[in-house]
Amino acid sequence: MSNQEALLEINSLHTGFEIEGKTYHAVKDVSFDVKPKEVVCVVGESGCGKSVMSLSIMNLLPKHNGKIDKGEILYKGRNLVNLNDKEMNKIRGKDISMIFQEPMTALNPVLTIGFQMDEVLINHTSMKREEIRKKSISLLKQVGISRGEQIVHEYPHQLSGGMRQRVMIAMAIACQPQLLIADEPTTALDVTVQAQILELITKIQDEVGMAVLLITHDLGVVAEMADRVVVMYAGQVVEESDVDRIFYDAQHPYTKALLTSIPRMEEEREVLNTISGIVPSLKNMPKVGCRFVDRCPDAMPECSKVDPQLGETEKGHSVRCLLYDASHPGKKTEVR
Amino acid sequence: MLLYSLRRILIMFPILIMISVVVFALALAMPGDALSGQIDPQNANPEYIEEMREQLGLNDPVHVQYGRWMAGVVQWDFGRSTVHKMGVTDLIGERLPNTILLSVMSLIITYVLAFIMGRYAGRHPYTIGDYSIQGINYLMLAIPSFVAALFAIFIFSFQFGLFPSSGSVGSGVTPGTLDFWISKLHHTFLPALVLGALTTASYTQFLRNDIIESSQKDYVRTARAKGTPENEIYNKHILRNSIIPIVTLFGFDIASIIGGAVIVETVFSYRGIGELLISSIERRDSAVVIAITLMLSIATLVGNLLADLLYGVIDPRIRVE
Ligand SMILES: Nc1ncnc2c1ncn2[C@@H]1O[C@H](COP(=O)(O)OP(=O)(O)OP(=O)(O)O)[C@@H](O)[C@H]1O
Ligand SMILES: [Mg+2]
Repeated sequence: MSNQEALLEINSLHTGFEIEGKTYHAVKDVSFDVKPKEVVCVVGESGCGKSVMSLSIMNLLPKHNGKIDKGEILYKGRNLVNLNDKEMNKIRGKDISMIFQEPMTALNPVLTIGFQMDEVLINHTSMKREEIRKKSISLLKQVGISRGEQIVHEYPHQLSGGMRQRVMIAMAIACQPQLLIADEPTTALDVTVQAQILELITKIQDEVGMAVLLITHDLGVVAEMADRVVVMYAGQVVEESDVDRIFYDAQHPYTKALLTSIPRMEEEREVLNTISGIVPSLKNMPKVGCRFVDRCPDAMPECSKVDPQLGETEKGHSVRCLLYDASHPGKKTEVR
Repeated sequence: MLLYSLRRILIMFPILIMISVVVFALALAMPGDALSGQIDPQNANPEYIEEMREQLGLNDPVHVQYGRWMAGVVQWDFGRSTVHKMGVTDLIGERLPNTILLSVMSLIITYVLAFIMGRYAGRHPYTIGDYSIQGINYLMLAIPSFVAALFAIFIFSFQFGLFPSSGSVGSGVTPGTLDFWISKLHHTFLPALVLGALTTASYTQFLRNDIIESSQKDYVRTARAKGTPENEIYNKHILRNSIIPIVTLFGFDIASIIGGAVIVETVFSYRGIGELLISSIERRDSAVVIAITLMLSIATLVGNLLADLLYGVIDPRIRVE
């Protein structure tokens, strides 16, 4: 069911971790698309599998225990799941780039910024060393670091968190990727720096013309940046639609709960903690039924017996909840 | 950095003085003294012994003996060896180059072996290769050095005749010639191999564990996300980090290297400091024993200092501060 216009198409992705000999799925049946030049936000509380999902796309799961069990990840129609490291290395950093949550640890402490910047270009282009260095410096300028000539000789510990994240972004866009995956790029930063970094990502997205898969648990960020939104809960997509309908016509009780938990005005940013209870850990995931049932205000007896399916309630708006017939495995109705 | 180094060096002086007191006290506490090692007590005239003791200053109060000794030390005079009938300073000066050669060679062997094995084991952990390397290492660690030395002599000298079994240089060669140096290296290689192999285990294990730990780090994931090939990730990103603790390890290890050298030199009759120390203890040549012990303590201190400073040189995070 290849979708022609999608840049990235994830179909029924299952990613598991082996813990004490058993496989537990941190991502279970996730499907969504990213179209060219689109900003898709993935939201959900801590521990619902956002990072695991994005690492799966890049094939960067921890080798010793993480594994994609099922599903496909199509990049321009090509399935990335079965590619080996060598084939994947041609794509990573060139077609798809990624920036991470922790700028403090994401750069190698004993290599210069210049070395780490140059590396991407060495991996993917045949430019000469001097040209590469020039390009690195101009990339640093592009992300708002004016002292590029000096910074390339410095080490990560000499830079602030915001600067490091800028360096990460500069590396990520060096080869003009089609898709940038940003896994909570601002969570570890000061509030003022957060805004700057998001602004930078928007600006760069415009300049490079890339699509962005932005992972966040901050709905304020979503409102500002997203074209479309994927809401994840406990390893599953529970709702997906364009950004307006998420904010004005949320359907899944979890999405509604997330929305009511946005802090008003300039309150301290204690995001998403007003939903009582926590995301079940991998080992305590309910075997059947809706994974949100314990915390759901609208739970029905049926919810813990039947697995809800992700179904379209209207064009471009899917939800995984038995309150909607489209989600009910027994009473499927066609909307299209 | 400069200030830090200076402070570190200044701090060493009071420590050195304390060490000298302890060493001197220990030497006095040894049964017998310089005289009893030389003279057959059954045979000698007690009056003569008493006279000699008086002459050598052995009857003076402890603090006077210490003061006299210390006064010499600051003038680079460590007294006279009663056995060798020469100044301790000269005696040690004669032996020290051999021990330094042995230690350096053994360190080179340690680093080469540990680098090859640790790098492999760290990159392929929990494989047969890794387990074999660890097995070999534990074996080398478990075998006492004199047993290892005897084994090495048996196999390499007696069975294959590859290396001489004793001495530190061939008999007929003139010092300073090329032959002399070749002969020296030839004599040093086998004891250096034994000594090096003994310390290899901990270095290998250190490097292996650090590589495994580093390979889980976020920056490795970043490098992967850039499309950096696995080989480069290990050779540049991981090894650069893991090598830092290894490079400085020898500084903290100098004491145990010298400790090993004492035994290995004795088994190989290698004319170094270690062999001198053992034979001097046997013959109660206390001036030599004290001087060598003091020297080893200083070597340990300097080694630690060197390790710290080296760390600052190779780790950019410390370099600037
Ligand atoms: N290497 C791993 N081994 C075992 N379990 C893991 C591993 N990495 C993640 N998990 C588990 O997978 C689940 C999803 O984790 P993930 O990191 O994707 O959450 P997240 O949505 O990114 O959360 P956050 O907002 O805190 O980043 C969690 O239950 C986590 O404990
Ligand atoms: Mg995460």
